[in-house]
Amino acid sequence: MLGRVYSAVRAFARLLGSVSLTFLGLTCVTFVIGRVIPIDPVLAIVGDKASNETYDRVRLQLGLDKPLMVQYWTYLKKLVQGDFGNSVMTAHPVLTDLLHVFPATIELATLALVIGVVGGIPLGVYAAVNRGRWPDQLIRFVSLIGYSMPVFWLGLIGLLLFYAKLGWVEGPGRLDVGFDDIVPTVTGMLTVDSLWAGETEVFWNVMGHLILPASILGYISIATVARMTRSFMLSQLKQEYILAALAKGLSPARVVWVHALGNVWVQLITVIALTFGSLLEGAVLTETVFAWPGLGFYLKNSLFAADLNAVLGGTVLVGVVYIGLNMLSDVVYTLVDPRARGNS
Amino acid sequence: MTMRTWLLDPAPGSRRQARLGGWFRAWLALQRNSLAMTGLAIVVLLLLVAIFAPVIADRNLAVQQVLEDRLQPWSWQHWFGTDELGRDILTRMIFGARITLVIVFLVSAIVVPIGLAIGLPAGYFGGWIDAVLMRITDIFLAFPRLVLALAFAAALGPGIENAVIAIALTAWPPYARLARAETLTRRNAEFIQAAELLGASHLRILLTQILPLSLPSVIIRLTLDMAGIILTAAGLGFLGLGAQPPSAEWGAMVSSGRQVLLDQWWVATLPGLAIFVTSLGFNLLGDGLRDAADSRS
Repeated sequence: MLGRVYSAVRAFARLLGSVSLTFLGLTCVTFVIGRVIPIDPVLAIVGDKASNETYDRVRLQLGLDKPLMVQYWTYLKKLVQGDFGNSVMTAHPVLTDLLHVFPATIELATLALVIGVVGGIPLGVYAAVNRGRWPDQLIRFVSLIGYSMPVFWLGLIGLLLFYAKLGWVEGPGRLDVGFDDIVPTVTGMLTVDSLWAGETEVFWNVMGHLILPASILGYISIATVARMTRSFMLSQLKQEYILAALAKGLSPARVVWVHALGNVWVQLITVIALTFGSLLEGAVLTETVFAWPGLGFYLKNSLFAADLNAVLGGTVLVGVVYIGLNMLSDVVYTLVDPRARGNS
Repeated sequence: MTMRTWLLDPAPGSRRQARLGGWFRAWLALQRNSLAMTGLAIVVLLLLVAIFAPVIADRNLAVQQVLEDRLQPWSWQHWFGTDELGRDILTRMIFGARITLVIVFLVSAIVVPIGLAIGLPAGYFGGWIDAVLMRITDIFLAFPRLVLALAFAAALGPGIENAVIAIALTAWPPYARLARAETLTRRNAEFIQAAELLGASHLRILLTQILPLSLPSVIIRLTLDMAGIILTAAGLGFLGLGAQPPSAEWGAMVSSGRQVLLDQWWVATLPGLAIFVTSLGFNLLGDGLRDAADSRS
């Protein structure tokens, strides 16, 4: 018992160590991008028409007279306290901006993930069961198409077809103009907030805007999920316990969907976590196409306003979510699969 | 004795015959896979188009702005119509193939050596060298590719070179892992021990014994990765961070067609089709190569 507690604590400490190392690495890179690469960060802020006094003052303010290590330490301390600096574009603290736009991205990526998982897992299982036959080939081809698809282009085609020509969905943006400010902000996710406030009309309008970008992102993740499910399932279906279960007289459907898939879930958790991370990335492009006011849209606008604080803040945020998802999948893996526990 | 039987001889008489025979068998395996052959055809066609772009199209048409001809639909003169500045879209797409391939090859030329330089020593020496190198790799593996590329482009300024650097910086870790895994499977093989006994230096063993054996899987991985590189590059171009106007980059062309999407759909959608078909070609080919390699081992 004590031994198990000990090994759990050790595993946790190791995980924490590797997570903080990765975080340090991430901040090192953003620090280098923000402070070292620009030839003169002061000039980037004050512009080249500023007087010498202003220049010197800003230089001291930024702490640029100190050694690089000290500067990094200051940067890191501020980051940990949630101080990402101020956005030049909006004049708000970057963190406030990020927290304001992030729920929109989460909402989009979550629905896309649901579509990816609900569509991808059955396809992957079906392909594995029919290995080498035409359903397998077809599913493989469809996922290769998903892997090869420029998501921004698919988004434009979707808009052209389903919004402009067929009129099945709402256009770019998150809400129609008349629906602004009806529901109070609770989570920042409009689907949740509108249901919370009991405004079903607003909810359906939100869904009308959300469904197209989410489906497009979802299709891309169906490709990943289906392919990974297929290969995990293939390795399970080869095992002897499958044969034993079939010999015992269980229905093939039960053996595939309950026994084999049950053992695949653990591996799938990692894939799903990583897919969510890549969806956040895909959201940058999709949001640009659909004028979706989330993190990607914010990053893009900051970029063109030369607002380095905001861009780097967003990068750190996405990086932290990435690291968090990796950690989460490790922890869940250990919790769900007893084999991953003892022998560390 | 025909060429074919010489190549497929189960007991090759020379090293050269054995090597050529191995390639020929892989080629036969690949040939049976019609999807992979389609991919190969797309990639070869793209290469030819890029190389002979000035021969098959008139460079002037790609940059010449004929404002009275702007946003024309397709015609015999302009097969794919014209864009918002009256430039021929097909010609621009043909020259765009060059930009795409240049990006892909530059990124590959950076990524593969870095990956090998990190992965081979990590697998070969093990111990703390392995721990340090792989920790660094893990850190870079945890980075969101497009967002980091975005941040880089923001600091360095937009442009094709910076896009290449940004993509390369985020693309090398899988190669380091792959090279390490390949090295580990051979580290304790007898021919390595033999080389050590003969007094070969570590560097020599790495470069002449382990590197050549790791290359095939690296190349397969690279083919599959090229699709991803193309998509990231096109994404950066679409955001305005890749090649700058007036150069004809596919992603940037899609972006500039967005304003007229509803009325002149071809301006944005046709260059996007080129991105899609190209990356599909690399994916199909890479997929087939992987299968061919699997069935051999």
